[in-house]
Amino acid sequence: MAADDRFTEDFRELREEEVIGTRSEVVSGPISDWATDFSHVEPEWAADPYPIQDDLRQRCPIAHTRRFGGAWLPVRYEDVAAIAYDTDRFSSLSIILSNFRPPRELAPIGGSPPISSDPPFHHDARKLLLPAFTKGEIAKQEPGTRRFCHSLIDTLGEQEVVDVARDYAQHIPVRVIADMLGFPPEDGPRFRVFVEDLLEGVNLPPDERIARVSRLFDYLLDQVHDHLADPREDLTSYLLSAELYGQKLSADHVVGAMALLLIAGIDTTWSAIGASLWHLAKTPGDRERLVAEPGLLPTAIEEFLRAYAPVTMARLVKEDMHWHGVDMKADDWILLSFPAANRDPVQFDRAGEVVIDRAVNRHAAFGLGIHRCLGSHLARMELRVALEVWLQRVPEFTLADPSAVTWAAGQIRGPRKLPLRVR
Amino acid sequence: MKVQIGPERCQGHGRCYDLAPGLFGDDEEGYGRVLGDGTVPPGKEHDARLAALNCPEHAIDLIEEA
Repeated sequence: MAADDRFTEDFRELREEEVIGTRSEVVSGPISDWATDFSHVEPEWAADPYPIQDDLRQRCPIAHTRRFGGAWLPVRYEDVAAIAYDTDRFSSLSIILSNFRPPRELAPIGGSPPISSDPPFHHDARKLLLPAFTKGEIAKQEPGTRRFCHSLIDTLGEQEVVDVARDYAQHIPVRVIADMLGFPPEDGPRFRVFVEDLLEGVNLPPDERIARVSRLFDYLLDQVHDHLADPREDLTSYLLSAELYGQKLSADHVVGAMALLLIAGIDTTWSAIGASLWHLAKTPGDRERLVAEPGLLPTAIEEFLRAYAPVTMARLVKEDMHWHGVDMKADDWILLSFPAANRDPVQFDRAGEVVIDRAVNRHAAFGLGIHRCLGSHLARMELRVALEVWLQRVPEFTLADPSAVTWAAGQIRGPRKLPLRVR
Repeated sequence: MKVQIGPERCQGHGRCYDLAPGLFGDDEEGYGRVLGDGTVPPGKEHDARLAALNCPEHAIDLIEEA
């Protein structure tokens, strides 16, 4: 077939122009006061952010930091919701807070559409992807996901202690999204590196971060060429042939959307599966109840999503303004903490407790407003199947060593080492 | 009792069709839709309330008939 002239060397040069943005000084090290100097990448936050958020909710409630070139952290449900709904004053052009702000010229597509797009473009870019992520479409992935979960447990063998974050939770979303995008399943370990580069390397010097992120785009470009030569029934070929406003999508749009679909579903669902198993390992009453009453699992999953919501988003303030009592400047970051919103006692009874039969649970784990997680039906399916299979195959387990559990720092929080005693 | 979805508020979270599949379905983009004319059959009032109370966007209205 004829070469697709969207994906030539010019495209790579174009992407390099995107590195013209605003860089800020890298600041790290201990926090003096969380209200005036917060940082979500410090170990104290990674280990247990909830007491910090609870304290800020009492006395702040919108914290500030000069790190990352200036950022705000609202911790009340009301403020988080107001920002999520106010796409006029808060832009999604960059949703991962770092020391690099992309140039406004990247709008309306942004680096990873549609999550990086604002209205009105956002609506049309999102519409292209919604049909592939409905509950019904996702249900087609369930039998394969279930088989894969069983195969992971088969490989654990007779070990007494298993790192369930490393050897179970992390592989499930990787396998499913690679299949949906039509990437080779054996590339899974590389995706793990891309995720680290994008989501955990946020406080690296900007040039180093940009160099790391470019490795992901090199990989995606290889996949584009492979799919142009050999089109097939998957999301990559779909994006390559999709049209918007009567034209095929721009190269930036195709590759940015591929990056989003690959990265957004991995760390997040891995974290949710891991945090749920962590809770059950340390809470025998809840574990025994779910083994005895599997029908309660969907309700319990919503509670795990509320209490251990893995995803925090970011926004950029569009213009200087006085907002809910603070003076925000244009290009200040907002750390949009859905986890903090989900533990606001004004919104939830017994907000700090995990109540696995909580019947009314209007949590915001998948966001609020127009950017509702595109993959929420996929995440819920993976989380349910992962827990169903685990509880069926390994009904008895405990934390092997609570002090050995580690949590990812940054905007996606979940266990990265989770050794469980399984026999 | 009748149920309604405010289409300008619905974002396709799908809590309604998860919790009350007899009352709600989804469209080809995953947005919630009311099945039939939204009349809640006797005995399904609890499901209707559960769906409304779990919608993160407050997009479901319950209309209690006199």
